[in-house]
Amino acid sequence: MVRDMSEVTLPAFEGTSSYIASEDLGRAVNAAVALERPLLIKGEPGTGKTLLATAVAESLGMELMNWQVKSTTRAQDGLYHYDVVQRLNDSRFGEGDISDIRRYIKLGVLGRAFSSQQRVVVLIDEIDKADLEFPNDLLHELDQMSFHIHELDEVVAAELRPVVIISSNAEKELPDAFLRRCVFHYIEFPSRDLMERIVAVHYPDVDQSLLETAIVRFYELRALAGLRKKPSTSEFIDWLFVLMRGGLSAEEVAVRVPFLGTLLKQEPDLQLARQRLA
Amino acid sequence: MFVDFLFALRRHGVAVGSQEWLALHRALKQGLIEDVDDLYALGRALLVPGEAHFDPYDLAFLEVFRDAQNVDIKDAITAWLEDPIPIPDISPEAFEKLTGMSLEELQRRFQEMLEEQKERHDGGSKYIGTGGTSPWGHSGRHPTGIRVGGESRHRSAVQVAAERRFRDFRSDATLDVRQFKLALRALRALAREGREELDLDETIDKTCRDAGEIDLVFRRERRNTVRLLLLMDAGGSMAPYARLVDRLFTAASELSHWRSFDHYFFHNIVYGRVYASIQRLQSVPTADLFRDHPPDTKVVFVGDACMAPWELMASGGSLSLRQSNPSSGFDWLLRFREHFPDMVWLNPERERYWGHETISTIGRVVPMFPLTLDGLRDGVDSLRRRRAVVPVSMAGGGRH
Repeated sequence: MVRDMSEVTLPAFEGTSSYIASEDLGRAVNAAVALERPLLIKGEPGTGKTLLATAVAESLGMELMNWQVKSTTRAQDGLYHYDVVQRLNDSRFGEGDISDIRRYIKLGVLGRAFSSQQRVVVLIDEIDKADLEFPNDLLHELDQMSFHIHELDEVVAAELRPVVIISSNAEKELPDAFLRRCVFHYIEFPSRDLMERIVAVHYPDVDQSLLETAIVRFYELRALAGLRKKPSTSEFIDWLFVLMRGGLSAEEVAVRVPFLGTLLKQEPDLQLARQRLA
Repeated sequence: MFVDFLFALRRHGVAVGSQEWLALHRALKQGLIEDVDDLYALGRALLVPGEAHFDPYDLAFLEVFRDAQNVDIKDAITAWLEDPIPIPDISPEAFEKLTGMSLEELQRRFQEMLEEQKERHDGGSKYIGTGGTSPWGHSGRHPTGIRVGGESRHRSAVQVAAERRFRDFRSDATLDVRQFKLALRALRALAREGREELDLDETIDKTCRDAGEIDLVFRRERRNTVRLLLLMDAGGSMAPYARLVDRLFTAASELSHWRSFDHYFFHNIVYGRVYASIQRLQSVPTADLFRDHPPDTKVVFVGDACMAPWELMASGGSLSLRQSNPSSGFDWLLRFREHFPDMVWLNPERERYWGHETISTIGRVVPMFPLTLDGLRDGVDSLRRRRAVVPVSMAGGGRH
């Protein structure tokens, strides 16, 4: 239950000057912060899942701790690591005090977040990359925000529960028990209006007619049936940059789609788009 | 009314548990829900486990709140506030301290908002249909300082729900793919043949034996050596089970722990050729499977095994005009067993129909399990235990 008064007075998350959040996303973030539950973010690649954590940390004025999950990551890696090889080495070559086990306990990202004196934001990035059992192995730790270091017989418990943001590309489904404990938000692909606002943050002085034409062309492209990988927001931002750099006018973009390769990365998609748009 | 919402959700297949429901109540107590839009958004964030369930959520939301057109929603919410599910470890004083406002104040703010909303009607949404209007209208306001999102035309929660934008995300299969994967994961045989890694226990042991002289011991990483060959019946009688088979296929193909994974399709039973795709357009000679897959490959057949007896037993029994089969399907099955000792047959047909002639005949050659979670587990168990190879002549001489 709620122990700390500080979260009630925390400012509400409303996006930042460089990150535009939809209203629903703002609600989900605020609920996760207030209820002290992990926020699970899913969505197409390139819709800003990872950026969100940076924006939340910035807007709440907290430090961001990033835990990048890989296929070999284990739950234990986030808690602590007992460097037994270093200790063995030191015992052989007589460096340092090997009787002090503490010197060989290295805290992981969650370990550091739990023991931090300030409330921090923890990003567990791409949780679905790890083993199937990975989320289950973290259930207790994320629920209680504490864990036990067996080598020291000590408990690391968070005084200030960190804001936990978890991103997933939905490569694997997450276990039910894990989902039950999260606030869930699916980042939808931005609407045209939201897209204009996102662009305005990146390129404040883009030519309006170019932007409007580009957006129309972009959504046309996304609507093509049979694309293997639909172009995402980040690809649109890149494409717009190339268009601006190339000095292309709105009229040119209206009749063809220059630099198509910036938007579509797979050969079959390129062929499909060329046929349909021609 | 809000309990109705809970049950509507469950009826639509969103398995909301008490833990999530209480979380929504906590959100309410903390003042996070101030209008119907908040209720829609936070209800979705807290009660729904994934985007696959957004569409059923929209339907349940519509059902409850559309039918509520004639009910005074203000009264309903007020009643809800007066009688929330009690949360044991929070006293009214603590609650007041947390939200910075009393329950009365919270109720008053709720009413203000609802009144304001009722005054501004919006002219109907086509989904809601005959009645024409939603009782809440457009709510163009954004309380609690949450920045306005992308939509310049703000729509009410009910209208958002009515759009059913998440229809395409529906997949009633989601839960089971994971369960299938977990069951399939038991199918592994680990062998040390990967990269070299430090063997810590052995290193410590050797170092101690050498009186502290460090002696690093390396060994090879453990790798899964299981090869899987999945053969699926794509015949017409399998159509009712297409989704189930698809889940199994998804689970098997997404698991990355196989040494090799291959899949082919057949029609009713394997004959001289198997197909690369479900449309059965491209085919490869079945004999090639024996060439390309070593005998320790685990073979899983999926099919209802239900056909006319001559389709299984007769030479030339294939229904396909493109394929003549000098050897019967049953002969092919025996050849499979000769080459691959580890085979199972997963049958989606209910077990009480397994008395059917072709099902029991096939079951005598290939151990048959139901295509359910338990059946898959048992099948995997059977594949892990290498069975004694029954001589072909004995099995072939069985009663047909």
